[in-house]
Amino acid sequence: MEMTLNKGVAALPVERSPGYWSTVGRRLLRNKLAMFAALILLALIVMAIFAPALMPADPYASSILKRLKPIGFEGYPLGTDELGRDMLSRLMLGGRLSLFMGITPVLLAFVIGSAIGIVAGYAGGWTNTVIMRLTDVLYAFPSVLLAIALSGTLGAGVGNALLSLTIVFIPQIVRVAESVTTQVRNREFVDAARASGASSLTIVRAHVLNNVLGPIFVYATSLISVSMILASGLSFLGLGVKPPEPEWGLMLNTLRTAIYTQPWVAALPGAMIFLTSISFNLLADGIRSAMEIKE
Amino acid sequence: MTYLLRRIVYALPILLGVALLCFSLVHIAPGDPLVSVLPPDASEELRLQLTALYGFDKPFLEQFIHWLVRALHGDLGTSIATNRPVMAEVSKAVINSIRLATVATLIGFTFGCLFGFVAGYMRDSVSDRVASFISVLGVSIPHYWLGMVLVIAFSVVLGWLPATGAGPGGSGDWTWDWEHIQYLILPAVTMSVIPMGIVARTIRALVAEILSNEFIVGLRARGLSDIAVFRHVVKNVAPTALSVMGLQLGYLLGGSILIETVFSWPGTGFLLNAAIFQRDFPLLQGTILILAVFFVMLNLVVDALQTLFDPRIQRN
Repeated sequence: MEMTLNKGVAALPVERSPGYWSTVGRRLLRNKLAMFAALILLALIVMAIFAPALMPADPYASSILKRLKPIGFEGYPLGTDELGRDMLSRLMLGGRLSLFMGITPVLLAFVIGSAIGIVAGYAGGWTNTVIMRLTDVLYAFPSVLLAIALSGTLGAGVGNALLSLTIVFIPQIVRVAESVTTQVRNREFVDAARASGASSLTIVRAHVLNNVLGPIFVYATSLISVSMILASGLSFLGLGVKPPEPEWGLMLNTLRTAIYTQPWVAALPGAMIFLTSISFNLLADGIRSAMEIKE
Repeated sequence: MTYLLRRIVYALPILLGVALLCFSLVHIAPGDPLVSVLPPDASEELRLQLTALYGFDKPFLEQFIHWLVRALHGDLGTSIATNRPVMAEVSKAVINSIRLATVATLIGFTFGCLFGFVAGYMRDSVSDRVASFISVLGVSIPHYWLGMVLVIAFSVVLGWLPATGAGPGGSGDWTWDWEHIQYLILPAVTMSVIPMGIVARTIRALVAEILSNEFIVGLRARGLSDIAVFRHVVKNVAPTALSVMGLQLGYLLGGSILIETVFSWPGTGFLLNAAIFQRDFPLLQGTILILAVFFVMLNLVVDALQTLFDPRIQRN
């Protein structure tokens, strides 16, 4: 939440009234659903960061005698997993990797994709054609297929999963960045800046960045939810995080066989992914409608 | 017509790029691509022999062209794991995937339209809030988890529907009778949630926009009934709605791997999963190529249909 507002202030648009971003902030603060989502996210992030201090038990300590205990079992408020490890502690610590793996690819793709897209949009001509045609090839794959193809080929592991997901999101962000930049490039104030002798670099820094980063950022926030689901999905398939590290997608995978013995314990990690993903979506929707960007 | 022709010509380099990327997969993979065919104690002689057999000793471009020419003739090589032609494996799986994805798209489209129209028509009412919230649920839910929850509810707890598989006799012949359809229900419902959310969102925005247009006010002023006005709205929404549906079908086909894994549905996703874990590269390349080509073609067809339905669209 805090980050969004700061970002907003940094991306002050030139052509709008100076109060635009504070208006957006006010409108967002009035959106109860978005604020509720932001609070949940804040709580999840705090939980993940301080998990080592907050965890009631050792998330790696297994016990053959205490395997697959139900929710509310003595000493284990959320039950135990297939190796008798405390579910509550594992869910708390698992949030670290899950959130990290969901957010990082979007951040990386935001930085890389914006840079590529702005260059393509501002340069135009052949540079644009080459970049956009290459983007089209990656865009020709459904994103889930591309993510799985890449990480399946590269092999399991956090690094490979992050790399694959970043590659999946880059073309999507490049497309948005290119189209916004092309629009801004043809505006009068850019012509005016060029006529008064400003260099390309100055124009991009002073006029283009200010106007394009906002819309790209809004688009990127709407990708975080997808990224959370995909990142955990890769781990669910055995292509992301490796055991015994706790991560929600991987926990869901290893608990799959337990749906006949402890169904509700087995469903818990997925509920965490769901909660995170829907909160990100509601917040992104809130930011979007506060900025009045049409879908 | 010229637009369509341009669009087809434009799709060719994309298809070439897609093929190149699929082919490159085996080269970006770490380790020796022969690792899954070679016995651990293989002699150097055997290794060289197999390298030559698979063509790995030739330059990259030559390998690619050779592979592409064979692929164009319908030969995608032989699966390392099953020793059967990749084409046969994929075409068998693709039919299962298309069956599942089509049913899911139809369910998702029906409910997506319903929620979208309700929300768009009654903007900012309680019904709008509920319908919009359901559509957010649809795009936010991890579908593999939803699949698990549905299995828990309808197979484990209630015992109404089978949990996994595609028929009483394993993945055998499919017929549209209850014996088989009961296996399709849970995976199809799970899968339908994604297009439902997206269709609902798109239609809500479109309907709200169309209703705020002046021509609707004009129609009402001329005394048209609500049903007649509704017909105009549907006409205006249809082209976009249909194109969204077409694209969603493509996404579901390519992205079904997680759901197919949860339900052990013998489609392309299931095949891909097997290919990845057995490091069966010909099968991996072939499956991904077929799915991606299918997706590009589907995009093309959707575009063509959209220009047909809505002649106003003259894109450049």
